[in-house]
Amino acid sequence: MSTTADPKGAQAHARAMGNTRIETMPTLPASAAATRPDGVSAQSMLWETTLGAGGYAAKELRRGARLRLTDLYGDACASMLIFNAERPVERLNVADTIKIQWNAYLAPGKLLLSDMGRVLMSLIEDEAGTHDLFCGASTARSNAERYGDGDNWGRHPNARDRFALAVSKFGLGRKDVHPCINWFKGVRIAADGATQLQSGPFAGGRGLTLRAEMDLIVVLANCPHRLDPRADYTVTPLRASAWRGAPTPIDDPIRTATPEGLRAYLNVEDYFSR
Amino acid sequence: MSTPAVAALAGLATILLDEVVPPRAPWSHLVRKGETLRIIDLEGNQSADFLMYAAADDAERYSAQDTIAAQRNVYLRSGSMLYSNEGNPMALLTGTDVAYHDTIGGACSCESNTLRYGFHTLAHHACVENFLEANLRYGRGKRDMVSNINWFMNVPVEADGALGIVDGISAPGLHVDLLAQMDLVAVVSNCPQINNPCNAFNPTALRMVIAGRS
Repeated sequence: MSTTADPKGAQAHARAMGNTRIETMPTLPASAAATRPDGVSAQSMLWETTLGAGGYAAKELRRGARLRLTDLYGDACASMLIFNAERPVERLNVADTIKIQWNAYLAPGKLLLSDMGRVLMSLIEDEAGTHDLFCGASTARSNAERYGDGDNWGRHPNARDRFALAVSKFGLGRKDVHPCINWFKGVRIAADGATQLQSGPFAGGRGLTLRAEMDLIVVLANCPHRLDPRADYTVTPLRASAWRGAPTPIDDPIRTATPEGLRAYLNVEDYFSR
Repeated sequence: MSTPAVAALAGLATILLDEVVPPRAPWSHLVRKGETLRIIDLEGNQSADFLMYAAADDAERYSAQDTIAAQRNVYLRSGSMLYSNEGNPMALLTGTDVAYHDTIGGACSCESNTLRYGFHTLAHHACVENFLEANLRYGRGKRDMVSNINWFMNVPVEADGALGIVDGISAPGLHVDLLAQMDLVAVVSNCPQINNPCNAFNPTALRMVIAGRS
């Protein structure tokens, strides 16, 4: 007789797997995180998870929280959406992010701007330097063309459909999957407008740290970059971790770096003035 | 004898619609598969901010990122295919007499104007207001705002990533032709911006022509 032929047997079978540990899973509680930045206490940790190939996750972060993304083995592609958690109709606007900062590329000190003239996040550390605001998420169609399929139920899930599942769990839908950022895979623009992909693979362990400037829902998908030329679905594990932090002070050098950015912070502070 | 107004229709088959969009105004219309939408920059260097939605399901809409990725170039030129967020062809840019058009600069909004020009511009009319105005009548709203196209707008990107809206490269009477690949709703904001060169600091009219299958 099978060990799962009756409820108690099925219960024992299920419970026997409960302590399984693999690399690509969340750490609970977050205080037990495998890695913590210097000076951050276990009790300050808010989140740690590792996304495998095609994995996705979403996390609410309070204003001031830090989010660290680590490309553990040098071949991750962290596609990201950002929403105002309190009012998700406000979200990342990649066009305003480049236009208002008068530059196409992300680097330490850059702001991620919403469609309401506010700072959602600031990039406070970046050891990678290869990121992309132009080429967006893979789709079922683009993955089917390259890998033979791109479905959520298959072996080659696409970033757009991963985003759709993630946002649906916050009551949002396909209309809310907005233009995204791709961290760790870079795109540069040539003089004639051509996109130049910086696909790596890179040295493992590159990371970046973002500071939440509002209460946020952050959504991540770890799928091959839309323009990744390799025939095989190739993407290595992505670590995301977060910890508590203080909201940006008035004299913060990123807050005061540019007149446009300062006004974006003033709009945030005005939003929280209630 | 051909007046400029008639010459502007050269090359189009049966004219189904021919309208002028006043300066600062929104416009939207259904364009069926196989029809051509011609947008004419009547007085030159007038940004036509542009979005498209699939008529059958407006959760499918124009995607600047999918279009850039598909053609591996940020500029829209004759021959560019415009893609949806599901990676499907929406419209083919069959012809334009402007060297290139923008799809990375986004639409001006009241809120972004405060960052770019100061809080005194909050009350200036803006393209997002026009997109909302047009879309709200069809049940679409703010979550339907995505990265758009700016026909007749010039956004160069320099080697260090420096970019900005600079003086235009369009001229009076120049146009863009879009051949619809599906039934779609085209939404235009005739850009009201007066704080940068996208409209040569002088918003002017656009002419919208829809022509049947040739």
